[in-house]
Amino acid sequence: MKERIIGRVKRVNGPILIVKDIKDAMMMELVRIGEQQLVGEVVKLYDGLATVQVYEDATGICPGDNVYGSGMSLSVELAPGLIGTIYDGIQRPLEQLMAASGAFISRGLTFDAVNHQKRWSFTPLIETGATVTAGQILGTVQETSRIEHRILVPVHIKSAVVSEIVEAGEYTIEDILATVVLSNGHQEQICMLQRWPIRLPRPVDKRLALKQPLITGLRVIDTLFPLAKGGTVAIPGGFGTGKTMTQHSIAQWCDADIIVYIGCGERGNEMTDVLKEFPLLIDPRTGHSLMERTILIANTSNMPVSAREASIYTGITMAEYYRDQGYHVAIMADSTSRWAEALRELSGRMEEMPAEEGFPAYLPTRIAQFYERAGFMKTLSGNSGSVSIIGAVSPPGGDFSEPVTQHTKRFVRCFWGLDRQLASSRHYPAISWLESYSEYLGDVKQWWNDHSDGTWYQSRQKIMDLLQKEVRLQQIVKLVGPDALPDTQNFILEVCSLFKTAFLQQNAFDEVDRFCSVEKQVKMLSVILAYYEKGLEAITKGVPMVKIRRLKAVQEMARMRLTVKGDELETIDRLQLRLERSIDQIGGIYEN
Amino acid sequence: MRTKAETLLAQTDRRLLSGREYRGVSRIDGPLVYMRNTHAVGFGELVEILAPDGSHRSGQVLDTSDDVVVVQVFEGTDGLTLPATGMRFMGEPLTLGVSEQMLGRVMNGLGKSRDGSGTVQGFTQREVNGEPINPTAREYPRDFIQTGISVIDGMTTLIQGQKLPIFSGNGLDHNQLAAQIARQAKVRGSSGDFCIVFAAMGVKYDVARFFIDSFEETGVLDNVALFLSLADDPSIERTITPKTALTLAEYLAFDKGKQVLVIMTDMTNYCESLREIGTMRGEIPSRKGYPGYLYSNLAEIYERSGKISGRSGSITQLPILSMPNDDISHPVPDLTGYITEGQIVFERGMQARGIYPPINCLPSLSRLMKDGIGEGMTRADHPHLANQLFASYSHVKDVQNLASVIGEEELTTLDQQYLEFGSFFEKKFVNQGFDEDRSIEQTLDLGWEALSKLPSEELQRLTDEEIAQYYGK
Ligand SMILES: Nc1ncnc2c1ncn2[C@@H]1O[C@H](COP(=O)(O)OP(=O)(O)O)[C@@H](O)[C@H]1O
Ligand SMILES: [Mg+2]
Repeated sequence: MKERIIGRVKRVNGPILIVKDIKDAMMMELVRIGEQQLVGEVVKLYDGLATVQVYEDATGICPGDNVYGSGMSLSVELAPGLIGTIYDGIQRPLEQLMAASGAFISRGLTFDAVNHQKRWSFTPLIETGATVTAGQILGTVQETSRIEHRILVPVHIKSAVVSEIVEAGEYTIEDILATVVLSNGHQEQICMLQRWPIRLPRPVDKRLALKQPLITGLRVIDTLFPLAKGGTVAIPGGFGTGKTMTQHSIAQWCDADIIVYIGCGERGNEMTDVLKEFPLLIDPRTGHSLMERTILIANTSNMPVSAREASIYTGITMAEYYRDQGYHVAIMADSTSRWAEALRELSGRMEEMPAEEGFPAYLPTRIAQFYERAGFMKTLSGNSGSVSIIGAVSPPGGDFSEPVTQHTKRFVRCFWGLDRQLASSRHYPAISWLESYSEYLGDVKQWWNDHSDGTWYQSRQKIMDLLQKEVRLQQIVKLVGPDALPDTQNFILEVCSLFKTAFLQQNAFDEVDRFCSVEKQVKMLSVILAYYEKGLEAITKGVPMVKIRRLKAVQEMARMRLTVKGDELETIDRLQLRLERSIDQIGGIYEN
Repeated sequence: MRTKAETLLAQTDRRLLSGREYRGVSRIDGPLVYMRNTHAVGFGELVEILAPDGSHRSGQVLDTSDDVVVVQVFEGTDGLTLPATGMRFMGEPLTLGVSEQMLGRVMNGLGKSRDGSGTVQGFTQREVNGEPINPTAREYPRDFIQTGISVIDGMTTLIQGQKLPIFSGNGLDHNQLAAQIARQAKVRGSSGDFCIVFAAMGVKYDVARFFIDSFEETGVLDNVALFLSLADDPSIERTITPKTALTLAEYLAFDKGKQVLVIMTDMTNYCESLREIGTMRGEIPSRKGYPGYLYSNLAEIYERSGKISGRSGSITQLPILSMPNDDISHPVPDLTGYITEGQIVFERGMQARGIYPPINCLPSLSRLMKDGIGEGMTRADHPHLANQLFASYSHVKDVQNLASVIGEEELTTLDQQYLEFGSFFEKKFVNQGFDEDRSIEQTLDLGWEALSKLPSEELQRLTDEEIAQYYGK
C-alpha cells in the first residue's frame, strides 16, 4: 500500500492538509501521510489539489511529505471479536495501542480492529449447492456467551450458488469459509472478516413500523417519554445536568441486545469508568456481564478532532452490522455536539463559508443523515433488527436555541430535555417533564397497555394532566402563598411533589433504584394515582389534607423506589391496599 | 512524483537544514511572524527567533506551506523588524527539560528562570504539548482528599486526580481558598509525596506574591514549582504556560510518583490570549469571538490530570477562572464545566453577606464524589447526608423567594423551619475561617446539626437507621 503515492503536502494547517500533484486520488480515500504514516482521508479534490483530513496530531508534517493512497475508503472491520473491545474513533483497539506505546497514545500506529489469528468455532447453516443471497446468514459463531455472531453473505453478492463450504470447526476470521459462484460464472470467497466504509449506510430490505418500546429501566423515560426500538432521541442539557449518567444508565439497563457506546469528545475518566464497571455489572435479564454485549468507542476531548468526527460513523456502522444479524442495537453518542464542533473546526480550517455560529451550512444535512441510520428494519436475510440512537447534545450555556439542538430537534422524534434547575436541586434524572416529549406514544401504546392490564396510556395521561395543573397552581402560590388555595388544589401540589420524589427521581448509584422493571413502574404509578383519587375523595368529604399527608403509608410510598426490590413487587400491592384502607378510615370519621 | 530515494534525501536535507538561520521576515502581526523562502518546515516545530538586539526568543510553527511559514512568538514581537529578524527552525517540537530540581524555583511561562538563581536544570526533554492518556491506561480516581473545608469535603468532595475548577469573579476570595486547599489538603491514611505546580497566567504580581507568601509561611515553598506569566508579560506567553506547567506535573506524577496539585490562575486570561491569536489570523470565531477550537484546546489542558494504573502518582488540577460579569454561561466557564469533573461556584452575594468561602453548593458539583465517599472512605452516612442537604437547601431557596413576596410571617411553620435551617447551613456549615481545618467527621456532624432544624419526616433522602443514629444528636 505504501507504494502508491497520490501527492505531496503543500500546506499544513492543524488537522487539515492541502496536497498537491494529485492525479488519481479518490474522494474519501484513506491515506497515509509522510514517513510517520499518519492516517488521513481525502475530503476534497480540485485543480490538482486535494484536501486531506488527518486523524492524528499533525505535528511534524512538512510541506513536501509524500501522501500514500490505500485505494479504499475509510472502513471498519466487521467480524467476531468486536464485542467487549474499546476502540478509538477510527477503530484502533486502545488496548493494543497501550501495549505498543504505553499509557500515552503515540502516533502513526496501525492495528487490526479484531484479532486475525484467533480461532472461532464456526457452525455452517448452509450446504453445498444452496443458493444464497446478499445478507443471508451463512453460519454462526458464539462471540460471547451472550451473543451468537451470524456470518452474513457480503452485500455485493446479490445471488450465488455455494460451491464449497467448510465443516463446523475452528477458523480464523481470514480463513475461507465458503466459495460461491455468481450468476456470471465468477467465483467469490467468503470469510468471517468483512469491511464496510463508515460513511455509507448498510442496506436493508425495508423499514418496518416501530411498535416496541426500548425499555430503559428509567421511570421518567419509560412511563412518560418512551423511546421506541429503532427510534431516535436527543438528550440536551448544560454541563452537569446528567447527560452522561442517563446514557450510562441506559447502556447498562436497557433491553437492547447490543450496546455501542461512543464517547465522542468527552472525558477520559468517564470511558475508564465504563470500561472498569461494565464487566462487573450483571444484566438482570440474561445474567451475563454487561460487557458481553457492549462495544466502546472512546475518542476523548483531548484526542484528535478529525477522529472525533469519524467516531460517530465508526459506531453506527458497527451497530448496523449487528442489526443485520437480527439484533436490537442501541447506540449512545456522548456528545453529538462535540462531533458537530469537530465539523465546524475542520470546516473553518478548510476556509468554507460558515452559516450559523460558525457551523458549516451542511450541518443539518449531516445530523439528518446520522439519525436516518436508525430504524426498525427487515434485514436482507428476512429477520428483523433495529438501531436506536440516543444522542446527547451539549448546548453552549445550556441554551437550547443554539443550532445543534435546534437542528437535532428537527430530525429526532423524542426529546429528553435536561433542566439545570432540577439538576441543581439534585432531582435526578433531571429530565424536564414540561419540556420533554415523545412522538412514539402512539407507536408503543399497544405494547405498554398489553403489559399493564390496559392501564398505561390512561394513567400516563392522568399524571401528565396533574403535572400541567401543578404549573398553574405553583404560579398562584408564588404570588399569594399556599394558604390561598383550597385543600383540593393544594392536594394536587402534594401529589405532584410526591410523584417527583417517589417516581421521577431515580438514583443511579442505588443498588435497588437504578433499574426499575416495567412491572414495578406500573405498580408504582398505580399506587400514586390511587393516593390522588382516594385522597381527593376524602378531602372533598372534609378531611384536612395534613391528616392524609401524615399517613404512614404515604411516607412508605415516598421511599418505595429504594426499598422495594425487583422480586418483591407484591409489597406495592399491599401498600396500596393499606393506603386505601387508611384513607377510607379517616374519611369514615369525617363522614359522620 | 518523488522516488523513495528522493524522499530519504529530502529527510536528510531537512535534518541538515534544521538549525540553519534565516534573516528577514515578510510580515509581523501581533505575536505572529510570517517568513518566506525557508526549507520545508514541519507543523508545530520549535523556532528560535533572533531579535535585532541580539536576544533570543522562542516560537512555534502555527501554519506551514510551500511558500510561507507562520510562527507564533511566545515572548511577543516587540522590537522585531522585518529585515533584521532571524529565525532558526529546530526540526523538532517544543520541548521542556524537566527535573525535580524545578521544585522550589520560580520560572517564566516557558520554564526559564526568573528568580535570579541561575538556569533551571532540566535533564529529561518532554514535548510540551503532551500526548493524550489512553483511556484504558487510566485508573479511575477514588481517593478522598480532605481539604478541611466543610462545603467542599461534605458537598463537592475533591478526589485525588480530579480536575475541579473554581468559578469565581473579580474581587472574590478564590486565591484565599486555593491557598487554603493547598495548605490543608491531605489524603487520610497516606503520607504521599506531595508537591505543587503553580501556573499564573496574566494575573498581577500581588496575586503571585500572595501565593508565594502563603507557601512560604507553611514551609512548602521548596516543594512548589512556579511558572509565572504575569499581567505585564507578553500575552502570548500565557498560551504556553499551562502546558509547560503540566509537562512538569506529568513528569513529577507519572515518572517520580508524586501527588501533584496543579493550581492554574486565571484560565480566562489564557483563553483571551488564544482569542487574540485567532482573531489575528482571521479565523472564523464561534461564541463571543473565541475560536471554535477552544473546547478542544482547553481539553488538552484539563485532561492532563488523573491517575495511570500501575503508577503511584497523580495530578489533581485546581484551575481558577473568573467569570466575566459573573456569568456562568460565558464560553470560558461553560466550556470548562463541560470538560472538568465538576466545578466550585462562587457567589458574590454570599461574600457580601460575610460568608467565607462564598461557595454556592447548588450549582457546584463534584462528579467524582460518588466513588470517593461513604463507608470505608469518609463515613457511611455521607452520600445520603449530602443528598439531603442539597435537597433541603434548594428548598430553602424556594422558600426565600416566596418569603420575599408574601413576607416571612405569612410562611407556614414548616417553611420557617426551612429558613432557620438555611441560615444555620450558610453561617455555620459553609462559613469557616481561613485557617480552620475541619475533619470530615466534624463536617458531617455539622451537617446533621443543620438538618436537625427540620422535622424528621422531611428527611426523605436518609434512611430510618441513619436518622435514628444521627438526627438531633
Ligand atoms: N440519575 C442520577 N443519579 C444520581 N446522580 C446523578 C444522576 N444523574 C446525574 N447525577 C449526578 O450529576 C452529575 C453530572 O452528571 P453527568 O451525567 O456527568 O452530566 P453531563 O454529562 O450532563 O455533564 C453526576 O456526576 C452525578 O453526580
Ligand atoms: Mg457528560
